[in-house]
Amino acid sequence: MNISEKLVADFAANDVGFITTVPCKQLAGVIDAVEAHPDIRHIPANKEDEGMGLCAGAFMGGTRSAIIMQNTAIGVTINTLVTLIQYYRIPLPMLISYRGELREPVACQAEMAVHTKALLAQLNIPTYHFHKLSDADEFDAILKYTFMCNKPVAILTDASFWGGYGE
Amino acid sequence: MIRSEILKHIAPILDGQLAVCNIGIPSQELHAIHDQASNFYMLGTMGLASSIGLGLALAQPKTVIAIDGDGSVLTNLGTLPTIANNVANNFILLIIDNGSYGSTGDQPTYAGMKTKLEDVARACGCENVIACAAEDTGTTLQAAIDSGKQTVIVCKCESGNAKMPVITMDPVTIRDRFMGAVKA
Ligand SMILES: [Mg+2]
Repeated sequence: MNISEKLVADFAANDVGFITTVPCKQLAGVIDAVEAHPDIRHIPANKEDEGMGLCAGAFMGGTRSAIIMQNTAIGVTINTLVTLIQYYRIPLPMLISYRGELREPVACQAEMAVHTKALLAQLNIPTYHFHKLSDADEFDAILKYTFMCNKPVAILTDASFWGGYGE
Repeated sequence: MIRSEILKHIAPILDGQLAVCNIGIPSQELHAIHDQASNFYMLGTMGLASSIGLGLALAQPKTVIAIDGDGSVLTNLGTLPTIANNVANNFILLIIDNGSYGSTGDQPTYAGMKTKLEDVARACGCENVIACAAEDTGTTLQAAIDSGKQTVIVCKCESGNAKMPVITMDPVTIRDRFMGAVKA
């Protein structure tokens, strides 16, 4: 089982049956694994706030949900995180590609990277940062924590975690 | 007819149905006209009623009616391709199209000008798209429920708002009683 399949297997083991994704090159393998998993409904979204709406609906329908997106989406979704996910206390694991960190080839990505953790901290969103492959050992516990406390929880996965950005 | 008159007219049809209602005055009007546990009032987050409704419809078998507005659909136009490509036959998107942003002072929307949301929905791939006059909303909505087919209804009405109180119910209470109705 590769790391993408392990993350998706952890989602499934925690009864996450509905995942929305907005594409990212770094997360392409995870998105493929979500699509391939027989117990997970994969709904690609056009924008991350739309995806969070889909997740909120699925959760209220009785299916645990999650979103996969880039850290740039934190900028897009602050209002949705605050007035939908947090206000109605909806648990939402957010598996995030942390672009703009070490080994990033695209300079513009660093501009959002420097704000990512500050914004998450300002929003009181529990945040975990996967830098080494072994950090993913905690993913199962992070999912259990998310559904225990009914909060959005951010899991930032950087280029080092993914073994570099295609270099 | 204005939106609140349409909501009064379809209240008997909405009775007992799962309804996800658009932010602002639409939710205030629905709350005042026909509050029920199976109404989900979106208190923030303009544009997401259709997305919440689709997610809910995909996750469970009961009929879901998302009551949206023209301005809110324009805010989240990406929702229409997602609806078209992830068909839930228990999902009805009812767009009450008054050609204006009602909750913010009736500023005109592009839907009241050149843009026809029923044409946009069809171009996005939605299969059962019906545009109707305000007074035909009840029969159109009932037929959509009975059809068991995913349907997008664009009902054209006049701009205007009824004066209704703000919803003071706690969001967690709204969600909890709504989820109780989903499970019932
Ligand atoms: Mg309007």
